[in-house]
Amino acid sequence: MNERTNLASMFARTPYYVLTGGLVIIFLFPLVWAVVSSFSAQSGSAQALGYGLGNYERLFNFQEGLPRYFMNSVVIAALTVLFTVTVSTLGGYAFARFSFPGKNILFLIVLAILMVPYATLLIPLFVLLRQLELDNTLVGLSLVLAVYQLPFATFMMRVSFEAVPTELEEAALVDGASSFDVLRRIMLPAVLPGLITVVLFAFLAAWNDFFAPLILISDPSQSPLPLAIAVLRQQTMGVIDYGATEAGVVVMAVPCIFIFILLQRYYMRGFMSGAVKG
Amino acid sequence: MSVASRLTARRLTGRTSAWTRRRQLAGVAYALPTVVFVVVFFILPLLLVGQMSASDWKLLTGDKGINFPTNYGALNNSPLFWPAVEFTIRYTVIVTVLLIGLGLGLALIVQETSRWVGMLRTVFLIPLAVGLAAASLLFWGFYSDQIGPVNPLLQDIGLIDKPILFFASHQNAFLATVSMIIWKFVGLYMLILLVGLQAISTEYYEAASIDGAGRWQIFRHITFPLLRPSLALALILCVTGSLLAFDHFYLLTKGGPDNSTVTIVQLIYQQAFVRQNLGTAAALSLVLLAALLILNLMWFRLLRRGTAVA
Repeated sequence: MNERTNLASMFARTPYYVLTGGLVIIFLFPLVWAVVSSFSAQSGSAQALGYGLGNYERLFNFQEGLPRYFMNSVVIAALTVLFTVTVSTLGGYAFARFSFPGKNILFLIVLAILMVPYATLLIPLFVLLRQLELDNTLVGLSLVLAVYQLPFATFMMRVSFEAVPTELEEAALVDGASSFDVLRRIMLPAVLPGLITVVLFAFLAAWNDFFAPLILISDPSQSPLPLAIAVLRQQTMGVIDYGATEAGVVVMAVPCIFIFILLQRYYMRGFMSGAVKG
Repeated sequence: MSVASRLTARRLTGRTSAWTRRRQLAGVAYALPTVVFVVVFFILPLLLVGQMSASDWKLLTGDKGINFPTNYGALNNSPLFWPAVEFTIRYTVIVTVLLIGLGLGLALIVQETSRWVGMLRTVFLIPLAVGLAAASLLFWGFYSDQIGPVNPLLQDIGLIDKPILFFASHQNAFLATVSMIIWKFVGLYMLILLVGLQAISTEYYEAASIDGAGRWQIFRHITFPLLRPSLALALILCVTGSLLAFDHFYLLTKGGPDNSTVTIVQLIYQQAFVRQNLGTAAALSLVLLAALLILNLMWFRLLRRGTAVA
């Protein structure tokens, strides 16, 4: 009857499981390998024999120390999420529920950020942040990272606000509630799934970004993890420390994978509901 | 939009222009943070990059006045410029074909909803959560002749006699980087195309199989045309992303061997921070912006014509 069911029933035998099982192994193998090798012994690394935490110890004490880099990454991610959520929630509300002069042009300009290459903005921002005395600061870096989240976040929040029925809101307005009360009490709970998606994307982008810190941060004490681990790798002294590098990879990747799986329900529903709308 | 209709109703009664104005002001107030962000961190930098591209502007000495069109001329004369353009385009074409082809393959595999398929989707999506820099450093060790499992594996299969240095030859470096990119990003294209597949009504498939269409015919004449909007989105994302490739070449191949894997964005970085010439870097980044704008305009033309035909 149904092509999908036919396909599934045709495949619902051994070859299908062999194929997909093989794919699972291919996709997971590099990650599992990174975890194992970060604990195992390698020549030139701090873990000389057997399994242990030697690589992590070296990583912990590298230059400014792992806690510093980790905290830098946490602060950058938190600030980026804060900036993105604040600006896109207020902006999305404005675009969805209010009419004011210049609204459509402003929305188009926000979307146009997507069309401009990262590098094209980072070269002048490097100069501009210095003039604003925000160079080499976590705040400056987070502001720049938030700019690139705005197109997706503003779009997402606008669509989320527009999907909320207007009845409750109107009743509240007639009763004399301010538009901010409406936003806080009625709208925010309704747009929570969209908000969580925005938070997730902003967090992942900020936590993982390499290019912006590479250009904007030259003070090692302000480095986020990706930049610090890249420097750790280059710090050779004749021998490349693969072990500590892979330990760094694990420290960077594990929080992301954890949050990604934890929030899967939310963003998958968001994506799939997009399908119904066409 | 009954808030709006209420507004017009009130305006008709003539009582509430003050209320309308308050509403408008509130809208402006909510949009204000967006305006500030866009002006300070988007429009101002765009104007500045234009000025920089036409100026003698070094990293250490700063602005030394207009020198147009010296920076643009310097680009054309740089021995790395055209090879980087050629390499970036070649990389984009190959990666786009592979990512969309394989993404479609995976999407077809995970169409059904079952426990096993749900797990498969998650597994294919996990590399997306890993950052590009982290993934690059992971695979840098993964491919190494010191600790990586790839060399021993290839030796066991008998493909190679002794460990090879993946980043010593252009072909191997390219192959290794593209494989990593597919591992990392194919899940995204699976997801986009899966959403497209799910949106196709099963009635089409039923009608076609009643009419006696074969599996390939159904794919060719129903799935593929109806998937076009999703394919277009995947194409735009993939081409734009690949043209701006940086992290993985910077971290994995370091542009080598012999500058054979230098992308355009890498060249911008090099001009700005190795050559310390912000002026030429700005000029190059504007050229890249122009290329992307033209490409996007072409997409929109094509898309509009495509939907008009369909």
